[in-house]
Amino acid sequence: MLDYFLTREQKIIVEVARQIGEDYIKPYAHEWDEKEEFDWRPIRAMAKADLFGIFIPKEYGGLGFGTFENCLAVETLSKYCAGVTTTFAASGLGAYPILIAGNKEQKAKYLPEIAAGRKLCAFALTEPQAGSDAASIKTTAQKDGDYYILNGIKQWITNGGIADIYIVIALTDPKKGARGASAFIVHKNDPGFAIGQKEKKMGLRASVTTELFFSNCRLPKDRLLGREGMGFIIAMRTLDLSRPGVGAQAVGLGQGALEMALHHTRRRIQFGQPVFNFQAVSHTLAEMAAKLEAARALVYSVARYIDSGAKSISGPSAMAKYLASETTMWITERAVQMMGGFGYMREFLVEKMMRDAKCLQIYEGTNEIQKNVIARELAKLDQEG
Amino acid sequence: MRIMCCLKPVPKPGTVKVDPETHTLKREGSDLEMNPYDRYALEAAVTLAEETRGSVVAVSMGPPNAEHILIEAFSYGADEVVLLSDRVFAGADTLATSYVLAKAAETLGPFDLIVCGKVSVDGETAQVGPEVAAWLGWPSVIWVKKIRPAEDGLELVRVIDDSQEKLKVALPLVITIENEANDPRPPSIKRLLKADELEIKVLGAEDLSAEAKYLGLEGSPTRVLDVYTPEYKGERRVLSGPVDQVVDSLVSILKERGLV
Repeated sequence: MLDYFLTREQKIIVEVARQIGEDYIKPYAHEWDEKEEFDWRPIRAMAKADLFGIFIPKEYGGLGFGTFENCLAVETLSKYCAGVTTTFAASGLGAYPILIAGNKEQKAKYLPEIAAGRKLCAFALTEPQAGSDAASIKTTAQKDGDYYILNGIKQWITNGGIADIYIVIALTDPKKGARGASAFIVHKNDPGFAIGQKEKKMGLRASVTTELFFSNCRLPKDRLLGREGMGFIIAMRTLDLSRPGVGAQAVGLGQGALEMALHHTRRRIQFGQPVFNFQAVSHTLAEMAAKLEAARALVYSVARYIDSGAKSISGPSAMAKYLASETTMWITERAVQMMGGFGYMREFLVEKMMRDAKCLQIYEGTNEIQKNVIARELAKLDQEG
Repeated sequence: MRIMCCLKPVPKPGTVKVDPETHTLKREGSDLEMNPYDRYALEAAVTLAEETRGSVVAVSMGPPNAEHILIEAFSYGADEVVLLSDRVFAGADTLATSYVLAKAAETLGPFDLIVCGKVSVDGETAQVGPEVAAWLGWPSVIWVKKIRPAEDGLELVRVIDDSQEKLKVALPLVITIENEANDPRPPSIKRLLKADELEIKVLGAEDLSAEAKYLGLEGSPTRVLDVYTPEYKGERRVLSGPVDQVVDSLVSILKERGLV
């Protein structure tokens, strides 16, 4: 309903993402979800459309835009299928560490391939024993002359097996805990690196999630990102930059659910009239629309704030992810309810949207962790206390 | 390989207007879009140009309001775009259209290959591609579904009724593309961002050194006598009663009409 005064360039990004949604995602989203199937076709289309280069600098073959433009693309694509968008967004998540901490050679080597969509990325922090407690990772990277030798397991890694480039956080100095963590670039075909089986998920079923195994995986030392010991800082900075993207994913998904519920309730006749005429329904849709617009406004503001070059972005970024995903979980649940039996049937996509929404409250830091981040930033504001 | 790709502006479904005097489609007043089949032709042309480090000139004959189709073609990978637009082109049938396209190929050429869609959704004649070839004196292959650059030409697979045919062909050549040939790409954002600076060359009859007698209505032997929406006047009768009787009466009706 609102006009956010997008520039010509931003409108082009939205329009191209919309076309990809209509032509390459919408007709197949149901089937991918049912069959739990990853399809390269929409990913190749996004690559040809230059979407993978949105926030990659022009000097590396990207479009040179920022977080906001990336959020616009993610939001638009998510309206059609949050699963496919997860593949896209997770590749961006894996590209951030190279942008943040890569040296000139690393940027020149990897970013053009990423921008062109020729290579997908994955970001590997989580381990079987280290989810929300990310600092307790066990994967090690032992220095051996000009090499590092990686050993350990990463879990629930989006794009496992389909990505060519993996950013892996591992301990170079296990005694120091999180301060002894470093970030590495791992190639899909590196010896000692193996992909686990595909996980079965509640939602986001068009995306691929796997374990990663490192068994004496030998990496040349130029695969280290930044310096030893910077791994955790790089990881946290990456998440700060990417979390508004999860918020944008939630906004797009919520928009899809709202539109579906609106379309249905305006046409479904009960008691001689469209069910939308009953205030129990129309007021619910009004609440959905108002809350969604508020979430969108927050996500956009945070993304623009990040692009302004702001330094303290952790709190706002966590707010965008937290609030938008909570809102969309509620919206999708209400959308199912407003559509009744139709909402509950797998034939209609709204129940898929509800399953997809659940993950947005969990991945890239659970919403409980987001609240920790927000609370920590709040405490800083009240120094005397 | 230097390739010309022909793109037809067709009226968007639901916006079709017919000139009451000539019974031809009024393209000026309609919302135009790229003939959907031509997306596959353009994709084939652009892919082939990428594979052979060549280039694609997208050419469209139509009124000035067809320019956006050429911007679209640029966003799908065409290197240059040209609009063939002149009042004297109006009312052209397939023969007069293919003449203008052939003249454009001569003017903008030399080309190794001309690529067209297999048919247009409005005219549905599938004649323009082969007619362009005839005007130029080139061979043509229609309904192509696979293209591979080969030494001194192309290797093609074309669809023929219930089977397919593999051909090795020399250039220059005109081909028309099946829609199973490829999966057309989405527009490139990079290209759309540059679309403001895109130069759309507009050429008229004089620029093409086209002869008036082959142009527009004068150059079109086709005369459309009438354009109308067919009315379906199916006769409906409901037979009711016991099944045996209904079956008997149905059989006798069919016999009466010589249908069984």
